[in-house]
Amino acid sequence: MTVAIVDYGSGNLHSAAKAFERAARESGFTQPIVVTSSPEAVARADRIVLPGVGAFADCRRGLDSIDGMVAALNERVHKRGRPFLGICVGMQLMAERGLEHKVTDGLGWVAGEVDKIAPADPSLKIPHMGWNTLNAIKPHPLLDGIETGPQGLHAYFVHSYHLKAADRSDLVAQADYGGPITAIVGRDTLAGTQFHPEKSQRLGLRLIANFLKWSP
Amino acid sequence: MFKVRVIPCLDVKDGRVVKGVNFVDLRDAGDPVEAAIAYDAAGADELTFLDITASHENRDTIFDVVTRTAEACFMPLTVGGGVRTVDDIRKLLQCGADKVSINTAAVAKREFVKEAAEKFGNQCIVVAVDAKKVSKPGEPARWEIFTHGGRNPTGLDAIDYARAVVALGAGEILLTSMDRDGTRSGFDIPLTRAIADAVPVPVVASGGVGNLDHLVEGIRDGHATAVLAASIFHFGEYTVRQAKEYMAKAGLPMRLDP
Repeated sequence: MTVAIVDYGSGNLHSAAKAFERAARESGFTQPIVVTSSPEAVARADRIVLPGVGAFADCRRGLDSIDGMVAALNERVHKRGRPFLGICVGMQLMAERGLEHKVTDGLGWVAGEVDKIAPADPSLKIPHMGWNTLNAIKPHPLLDGIETGPQGLHAYFVHSYHLKAADRSDLVAQADYGGPITAIVGRDTLAGTQFHPEKSQRLGLRLIANFLKWSP
Repeated sequence: MFKVRVIPCLDVKDGRVVKGVNFVDLRDAGDPVEAAIAYDAAGADELTFLDITASHENRDTIFDVVTRTAEACFMPLTVGGGVRTVDDIRKLLQCGADKVSINTAAVAKREFVKEAAEKFGNQCIVVAVDAKKVSKPGEPARWEIFTHGGRNPTGLDAIDYARAVVALGAGEILLTSMDRDGTRSGFDIPLTRAIADAVPVPVVASGGVGNLDHLVEGIRDGHATAVLAASIFHFGEYTVRQAKEYMAKAGLPMRLDP
C-alpha cells in the first residue's frame, strides 16, 4: 500500500511530501508516501498524486521525458481506477489540451481545455494569487468536513490558467475571481485541485487526509 | 471570495533572525523556523524570509532554514536576498520556497527576470522594487529605483522599471519605499498606488508600517493586493490575527479561518 507522488522535474515535491506525511500521521494512516520518478513504482502504487508548477507545455514535456510514465499513469489510474489527485498543473494535465503559449495535449481524462482566466473586473490581478473560498458544485468525499461557501475555509491559489470542464458534472468546486474559476474537478476515481492543498493549512491537510482514505 | 494577504517578513542573517522576535514564548527567539511556525499558527497568509547574510561562507545557511520551514509550515513561503543566478532560484525552490524574490540582480541584468520566469514560471518570480522619491516639492511625483538599502541611485524610473520587469515575466512586485522603510510612518501611498495601477500583477506593499491603519491604507488607498510588515509583528505589538481582524472591521476581505 503506497502513495506515489510523481516526480517529473516539475518543481519542489519536498513540501508536498511533508504535507502528505503530516496528514497521514494526524489521521492514523500508515501507508508509505513515496516521491518517485519510476513508472514501475507508479504502476504498483495504490494512490497516485501528480503535482505540477510552471507552464502546461513544460510539465507535459517533463512527463513525456520519463520513458513509460504516461503509459503507467494511464494504465494504473485510467484503466485500473486507482485513486488519483492532480495538483495545480498536475490537475490541468487531466484535461484534453492546454492552451498556454501553444496548444499541448493533456492526458485526456477530463473533457475540456485549460485556458487563461479572464476576470470580469479589470482591477483583479493575474496571476490569481492568494487565498479564496470554495463554492461546492456537488458533494465529494474530498470535501468531507471542509466548510465551503463564502464563510468557509480558504485554499491557496497561484495560477493564470484553469481547466474549463466541458461536462459540468465533472465540476466539484469553483472559486470566484471576477467570475467562476475551476477549483476542484472529479470523476470516478480521479480528482484534481487547482489550488495547492500542501500550502493551504487547515483546508489543505484535511483534503489530503480525505484523499488518503478515499475509496471510490 | 478572494482575500487580501498579510505577510510577516523575517530578516535572516547567517541562519538566524536579525534582532530576534518576541511575540510568543519561543524557546529560541532567534530561530527563523520557530518564528515561522508561530506565524503559521497565527494565521499569516504567507511568509517572507529576507536573507541578509553578507559573508560568502554562510550563504548556504538559508537553504537549511527554508528546508526546515517547509517541513513544518504548510503555507506559502517567499525567499529573497542575494538571489543572483538560476541556480540560486532552483536551490531555493527545491528546499521548499514557493516564490523567490529578485532584487539587485534584476536591476543589473533585466534579462535575468525573463530567464528565471521562463525556467520556473511567472508565478514563482517576484521582483523587489526598492524606490525612493526623487521629485522636489511642487514637482509631479517621481520615484527612482535604488539599490543597496537605498544608498545607490540607478536613475531608473520606478514605474517604468516595474512595467518592464512584469513584461519580462515577474508574477508579483514586492514594492518597498526606501523613504518609509524603518520609519513606522506608513506606506508611501502615492507610490504604491502608482505602481499597483500600472502593472497587471499583484503588488505587495512594504516599508513603513507602524500601526494597523497603515495596513488598511496600503490596500484601500494604495491598491496593493497584499501588505508586508516586520517590526509591528516581531515585537508583539500586534498579532497577525489582530491585524487581520482590524482590517476586516475596516471593510477589507480577510481570511479569518479558525
